[in-house]
Amino acid sequence: MKSSALKHIRTVFAVLVLLLFAFLFIDFRGILGDKAFGPILYLQFVPSFLKFVIAGVAASTGFIAVLILTLLTGRTYCSFLCPLGILQDGISRVGGLVKRRFRRYGYKKPWTALRYFILGITAGIMALGGVYVLTILDPYSTFGRFMTYFAQPVALFVNNILASILGKFDIYTIYRVDIKPYEIVAYIIPAAFLFLIGLLAFRYGRLYCNTVCPVGTLLGFLSKISLFRIRFDDAKCTRCGRCAMSCKSSCIDFLNKTVDLSRCVNCFNCIDSCKENGMSYGLVRLKKQPGSDETTDPSRRGFIAGSLVLIAGGSQLIRAQGTTPTPTKDSTVKEDRLYPVSPPGSAGIATFTSRCTACTLCVNACPTNVLQPSVSEYGFAGIMQPRMDFHSGFCNYDCTRCTDVCPTGAIMPLMVEAKKMTQIGKAVFIKENCIVHTEKTACGACSEHCPTKACHMVPYEGKLLIPEIKDEICIGCGACEYACPTRPYRAIFVDGNPIHEAASKPEAEELKAAPAEFPF
Amino acid sequence: MKRRNFLRSSLGAGLAAGAFMSFSRYENALAGKPLPSAENYDLIAVMGGEPAAMFDMGIQSLGGMGTFVRKGQKVLVKPNIGWDVVPEKGANTNPALVKRIIEHCYRAGAKEVYVFDNTCDNWIKCYKNSGIEQAVKDAGGKIVPGNSESYYHEITIPNGKKLTKTKVHELVLESDVFINVPVLKNHSSAMMTGALKNMMGVIWDRGYWHRNNLNQCIADYALYSRKPSLHITDAYNVMMRNGPRGVSVADLSNMKSLLISTDWVAIDAAGAKMMGKEPSSIEHITLAAGMGIGKMDLASMNIHRLKM
Repeated sequence: MKSSALKHIRTVFAVLVLLLFAFLFIDFRGILGDKAFGPILYLQFVPSFLKFVIAGVAASTGFIAVLILTLLTGRTYCSFLCPLGILQDGISRVGGLVKRRFRRYGYKKPWTALRYFILGITAGIMALGGVYVLTILDPYSTFGRFMTYFAQPVALFVNNILASILGKFDIYTIYRVDIKPYEIVAYIIPAAFLFLIGLLAFRYGRLYCNTVCPVGTLLGFLSKISLFRIRFDDAKCTRCGRCAMSCKSSCIDFLNKTVDLSRCVNCFNCIDSCKENGMSYGLVRLKKQPGSDETTDPSRRGFIAGSLVLIAGGSQLIRAQGTTPTPTKDSTVKEDRLYPVSPPGSAGIATFTSRCTACTLCVNACPTNVLQPSVSEYGFAGIMQPRMDFHSGFCNYDCTRCTDVCPTGAIMPLMVEAKKMTQIGKAVFIKENCIVHTEKTACGACSEHCPTKACHMVPYEGKLLIPEIKDEICIGCGACEYACPTRPYRAIFVDGNPIHEAASKPEAEELKAAPAEFPF
Repeated sequence: MKRRNFLRSSLGAGLAAGAFMSFSRYENALAGKPLPSAENYDLIAVMGGEPAAMFDMGIQSLGGMGTFVRKGQKVLVKPNIGWDVVPEKGANTNPALVKRIIEHCYRAGAKEVYVFDNTCDNWIKCYKNSGIEQAVKDAGGKIVPGNSESYYHEITIPNGKKLTKTKVHELVLESDVFINVPVLKNHSSAMMTGALKNMMGVIWDRGYWHRNNLNQCIADYALYSRKPSLHITDAYNVMMRNGPRGVSVADLSNMKSLLISTDWVAIDAAGAKMMGKEPSSIEHITLAAGMGIGKMDLASMNIHRLKM
């Protein structure tokens, strides 16, 4: 195909994908049904890969589809399906509007060593059982964090202004939602990446995708041998260089009439830019392309050496990390939480932290805000991976939303009835902090909120009742901790189960029959 | 549109029902104007019917809804929608009752009827799964969010012992009429929840109450000038233990009852009795009675007992 229609198709498709994914992460009203997430996220490479390889979900074949797509068509994924890539195209466009100079890309040499090096670290650490580098570099998750950390508060702000105006007219279809920031430390990585990616995209097009992104590099190996590719028409090309100027990947060497297919993201801007119809996208022609097969590549050697060093180092890092985080607080602190609490469906802390790329989809989807990005609760490498934060909310008894949306298999689907029996932690009562003990007045907020009555009230002094906990029926939902009014330390808190357990069913005795006459 | 449909259909239904009821003792129940009340009842207690029917019958003894709602007024109906559970679990006010009360308000000439609660569980799930959001819409009322602190404004309670200021929902401040519709339940904090305790759903910071002598705060709030003019306690399925959320339907006693009063201490005293507790054993009832908020001595009350 030589038509510039390709570029327009790409643009329209990409904008739709971008809007869809932005909505996925900004949807604070939970408009999207639980069933919508699976199909939408199916083709996201890293989540699909993790779910298949680590969580062992055989149906998670989206990444294979992407690999096949790349073998056939090149890095179509990067321009059509990757929300982070599309976002960068948008930023580049703005950059081009701000400064005409930023619109002219021109050929640049690839940062091959760096690319391979980063892919090597990511793959190496993953091979050793750590998802930590992917957490930071997965483009889908990076995009998710941009939306959650930065776009959603803006959306909420606009929503709340609208809600205030409409409220004056008694219209409540749009309602206010309080903006609740996360812990400040959790913002460091998303903010740094927003700055880095924003800056690179603003000025250099797809430089991030072709230097840092491990998915881009990996797909680049396959796109080099793809069946369909961008190519020059020797007869028509006048070497005007427009194609190279329009190439966001800076991968067109028009003087040599070659395209670096490992970096080409199939945006089709070059085809559109060529006045002579000298560029096209089509089936590969079996002809040796000049300069495409270098005999030795010094950067490749550097990459291999570098990766080996890093894999060795990475293994130490992971060993130091351990399979479960070590207790973060010593016993002198009142809320002596030994373990953080991982969400229901995650089976346990180690399983969860080895699968989660901190895309924050669950953080958004959670209707009670109990899922919050962690800082150091899972250990340093687990930064941003969500934990159950019972000061922000508590886990709704009948809700399985997070288990329905997670694309990586870090939180596996749970039926509601199974979820109600999954003990993610156990409540611990600190009598010394309790209002009933310190103030000698009634309270019981904890027991009030408890869905299983694992936290129940027993006689204390005089008429007063004080909480007591039945461990075996506690599911660790944290309603008690959330409701507990004491500060700065709560009188009741949930200590995580490193490996989730099964809770027992609460027992119920027969009640006396209802009175047949008024007792007054 | 819904409201218009509602009015149209109610007109038809009204005509039919009117013909039937013209000889019955309920003839003025829906007339929307105050009836000459033979007696000044402290409490209306109805037993044996469905929630809506019991209300139709009971409100008549107080002269119908027109006693409380005048033409063109903004009405706030405050049920308990605290929990994300289905109506069968009895943790929230019965939606059929809420619907019926709103219909009575409109027939009495209310301009608009609003419903909200500051829920304990996620408010959207509570509104939906309690069945109350749908009931309100079906009756033509407006269900309003109570989930954001920005809806709440500070008020003062000059005579409060522990609670002298608190933030209340703007609807409490803006409405002409305030109708309190609690569900009767066992309660782990306050021992029992009814009319007085239901006010914890119109304020923002419940934690403050819990920290500062909960029962005294519940009683203190009842001193606030914008108080409900009518209390309707849903005692259809009464949660006898594991309240206020409940664990299972095994916690419920099917009392099929409804209490109506303008005195919230009296209605809570009766509620306590229904649950097999002495009113004097419920601290916030005794505190409120002691502060002159209402009467708790059931023996001295003029009670209208109705059986269906």
